[in-house]
Order: sequence, then structure tokens, then C-alpha cells
Amino acid sequence: MEIFAEIVISLMLVIGGLFGLLGSFGLIKLDDTMRRLHAPTKATTLGVGGVLIASMLYFAVFMGDVSYHELLITAFLFITAPITANFVAKAHMHRDVKERDLPRTGGRYGWAGYDEIGDEEQPIDTK
Amino acid sequence: MIRKILYRLFPHPQLTFFLLLIWLLLVNNLTVGNVVLGLILGVLIPGITQPFWPNRPKVARPLKAAQYILLVLWDICVANVAVARIILFKTNANTHSQWIVVPLDLRSPEAITVLAGTITMTPGTVTAMLSADAQHLLVHCLDSEDPDAVRDEIKHRYERRLKEIFE
Repeated sequence: MEIFAEIVISLMLVIGGLFGLLGSFGLIKLDDTMRRLHAPTKATTLGVGGVLIASMLYFAVFMGDVSYHELLITAFLFITAPITANFVAKAHMHRDVKERDLPRTGGRYGWAGYDEIGDEEQPIDTK
Repeated sequence: MIRKILYRLFPHPQLTFFLLLIWLLLVNNLTVGNVVLGLILGVLIPGITQPFWPNRPKVARPLKAAQYILLVLWDICVANVAVARIILFKTNANTHSQWIVVPLDLRSPEAITVLAGTITMTPGTVTAMLSADAQHLLVHCLDSEDPDAVRDEIKHRYERRLKEIFE
């Protein structure tokens, strides 16, 4: 039983390490900021996920107590990763992307970063 | 009267519940003392921050939400492998990155936020911007021959389910 757990834990650690490495490699290899964003937002989630699963298994099997911190880390990671990616994308677009290089919205208004909209016309009630 | 007192104590019951849950997960130790401390935090924090929570997001079908989370977790694993393959085996010149416009049927801010987050976490797509009238989403796609298919998949796979959950 213990040897089986050890194998699974090592496998998870190797998978986690591999995907972490791939994410960093993608960051170097891809050549455009928007493309580069894809590597760390995805490859890293599985990288960190693998290490967290390994950690949970290790504490459950060898230390005899279940640790829930990994679940919290996963939850916070899934909440923050897309928001960080969105912030980086927006900052990049404000600096280096012209509105004419983007596709049209197809609606009355342009993209939020470029187009102004009056207070009385706000589509979502945020008050 | 009792309702009023209850509302004063728990202006945001879901937030109280999640604060208690997160507190218990943080201390990693289920004792009466920790539950009481978690409840104190769960009453104090929503009470103090109440002006910042004017609207309560409504989750119409919690079971569907759980189903949705499992679906997204599975898609994240698939996304990781797909992106890893593009990084490893495709040259930069061979990767067709492009912008995709996704028209939205969702109207509630929470649902749009969840959809944007889901798109970022799943196969080869990153949400970049929302249109000023919140009717369209600008998505960057790492590698796609057929942008319309990607748009339809987002609408069908995620947005349809979110509409059922939130609206």
C-alpha cells in the first residue's frame, strides 16, 4: 500500500514539474505578448495542481492527517489566475495594440478599453 | 421582528457561510472554539463591509453549478495538454493566433465574470476585453483554423450552462 502511494505521489510530482517547466518554456518560445499569456495561465495550473495533489496524498498517507490547505490554494489560484491574465492583457493592449487592429464588436459600442460610454447608458447596474 | 434581527446579524448569509468554511480550512482543525471564532468573523466582516455588497448574486441551481465546476476542471486538464502540445511541437510561424468576438447572452455581472474566467482557463483561449456595453467579449485564441467553431463551442459549452445557473 505504501509503495503504491509513493509511486502515485512521485508521478504527480513529476507531472507537476513537467508542466511547470513547459509553462516557463512557452514563455520564452512564443513571440508575442498575447500568445505568451497562454503558456503561464494554463500549463502552470496543472503544474501547481500536480504538486498540490501530491502534497495532500503525502500528508494523508504518511503523516496520518488530512490537510485542507491545498484545496484553498487551488481555489485561490483558480480565482486569481484569469484575473491576472486579464490585467496583463489589458495593460498590453493599452500600450501596444491599436483599436483598428482588433475586430469590431458588432454592436453600437467599441471595446471597453477604447470606447467611452455615458453614465446614463451603463448597461450593467453597478450602483 | 426576528427576521429583522436575523438580517442585522447575517446581512449576507452566503458570505458568512463561506467565511466560516474558509476559516475552518485555514486553521485545518475542527474544534468548537474554531467554529465560534469563524462565526464571529462571519458576522463581523459582512456587517462592516455591507455597503460594498449592494447586490446579492443569485445562484438559481447550485447542483448545476457543481456540475459546471467539474466540467471546467476536466477542461483545464485537457487545455493544459493541448497548450503543451502547441508549445512543444508547433513553430511560431505555424501557429495561427487570432482575435475572436463572442457575443454575450448573459446579463448579470457575476455570470460574465465567471464566463471570462472559464475562457481564460480552458483550451487555448484568453479573455482580453469586454465591449463598453457589456454585449461582446474579446477573446484571444492561441491556435485555431476555425474561429467560428471556437466561438460556438464557448457559447454552447459554457455560456448556455451559466445562463441556466445564474439567470
